[in-house]
Amino acid sequence: MQIYLPIADIPVNVFLVLAMGLAVGFISGMFGVGGGFLMTPLLIFIGVQPAVAVASVTTHVAASSFSGAIAYWRRNAIDVTLALTLLAGGIVGSAGGVALFTWLRALDQLDLMIGLSYVTLLSVVGVLMVGESARAIVRSRQGKPVELRRPGSHIWFHGLPLKVRFKRSKVYVSAIPVLAIGFIIGFLGAIMGIGGGFLLVPMLIYLMRVPTATVIGTSMVLTFLTMVSATVLHAATNHLVDAVLALILMIGGVIGAQFGAHAGQRIRGEWLRLLLGLLVLAVGLRFAGQLVLRPDDLYSIRLIGGGP
Amino acid sequence: MRYALAAALVVAGFLADAAPAAAERLVASLTNHRVMITSNYTGVELVLFGTVERDGAGAAGAARGGPYDIVATVMGPREPLRTRRKQRVLGIWVNTAARTFVDPPSYLAVLANRSLDAIASADNQRRLQLGIADTPLPELINNDIGEVSNDPFRAALVRLMRERGLYSEEPNAVTFLTPTLFRASISLPAQVPIGNYTVDVKLFADGNLIARTDSAFEIVKVGFEQFVVDAAREHGLLYGLATAMMALLTGWIARVAFRRD
Repeated sequence: MQIYLPIADIPVNVFLVLAMGLAVGFISGMFGVGGGFLMTPLLIFIGVQPAVAVASVTTHVAASSFSGAIAYWRRNAIDVTLALTLLAGGIVGSAGGVALFTWLRALDQLDLMIGLSYVTLLSVVGVLMVGESARAIVRSRQGKPVELRRPGSHIWFHGLPLKVRFKRSKVYVSAIPVLAIGFIIGFLGAIMGIGGGFLLVPMLIYLMRVPTATVIGTSMVLTFLTMVSATVLHAATNHLVDAVLALILMIGGVIGAQFGAHAGQRIRGEWLRLLLGLLVLAVGLRFAGQLVLRPDDLYSIRLIGGGP
Repeated sequence: MRYALAAALVVAGFLADAAPAAAERLVASLTNHRVMITSNYTGVELVLFGTVERDGAGAAGAARGGPYDIVATVMGPREPLRTRRKQRVLGIWVNTAARTFVDPPSYLAVLANRSLDAIASADNQRRLQLGIADTPLPELINNDIGEVSNDPFRAALVRLMRERGLYSEEPNAVTFLTPTLFRASISLPAQVPIGNYTVDVKLFADGNLIARTDSAFEIVKVGFEQFVVDAAREHGLLYGLATAMMALLTGWIARVAFRRD
């Protein structure tokens, strides 16, 4: 069944988009990530302009992370102070990201920037995740205890001024690095159409020493808040959010996530991280190929007026 | 179909006074002057009907008996457009050069009953801007507007628009049902831009333009589609807030529906 997307200005098959939502939702539920980094490239692949894809996926991620956040809220696994501090940085980051997005689009370099960000970020994160999880797997094979939390070493930026006690997470650190992390996540989210959960979780664990008990719930809350603000900002400045596309995606996404979460509970943590790392790396390499290989057509056209 | 012909005859009546002193008069009409884009829109086909009216048939030197040729040019709304070219910079492909085209038609279809070369001489084709190759597509060059011949950017623009089905030259789209009655099908692909379209119909005999007429239609989004576009363009902030609320509601419903704990 074909449906005409009013903002993307193309007809798409509802069942295809729904299936994409289900598949990405399954993966996001399984690994506890938003799935934006998979959804945006898929939409671009079926012919949605990159700008509309990025803007509409932010809405989709808002829905799936909200659904997840409610679950963690009920389990009292959210550090509200930490989430709000991250958010303060995140909103500034989103606004900066949307502004850069608008500017790059005018310069004809938006697609390049989206491509480059994907390659860099996904390759680096993918390699780190694969390396870390492979070491964990080897360690557990050798019968050594799995390292849950690194020794309480102090990193220099923990000692910056504006110290805040994040009670639920039992950490007492400067608010400045927390705001900076929020800014980075918000900024990248607006440009790449990703929630940034796969970046935020390791950053909070390794840089801020936040315990795993609160990290995922807190990350979900931040993701949903930054994605909501990115949706509103994208809609208000670029008019590129396709509500119809976002609705189909989110319906598929939230259903898929339920099944994914169920499947994820049956796999051991380090194997799950290895799989996610490989997936992230694969998407990164796919983007790298696009940038490095000679394109089929060196020319492209873009309307300058109000349309995308 | 009958209505279209009836409409065409009415139009003919109006045109009778305005027609040039030529021996032939061309009358044409479309089956539909308003194409509506709804949620199940996947492209549409319009039919152009027309007839050649001959005065004083039999009078010496008046009407030629034919054979006639028809060239119909359909043009969509004009919008500024940029053509960009990628080049390898430090190992990756980057848009390095771009040209701005000043309001090229967003849709251009040249429909004829046989190849343009068979209908008119190359000279006539150029003078009448008959084919896509002879349609002016001015570019913005250092704040000047001009036509660039043999420009690869222009060639790329035409090629990309052809690939999207937005530019086309179809030498078989017009069929003569009788020596003077013809029909042409205008196929509008799914991604046609909305706006006003003009149809310019030219009648040729022996390689010369002997009559022309025009018609028009519009493509509009209606109902829900139009509502969404209006909301997004004119009330961006409200639209964004509403979309965000929709996302939260969907997330919440999913949580309630699938709650296991």
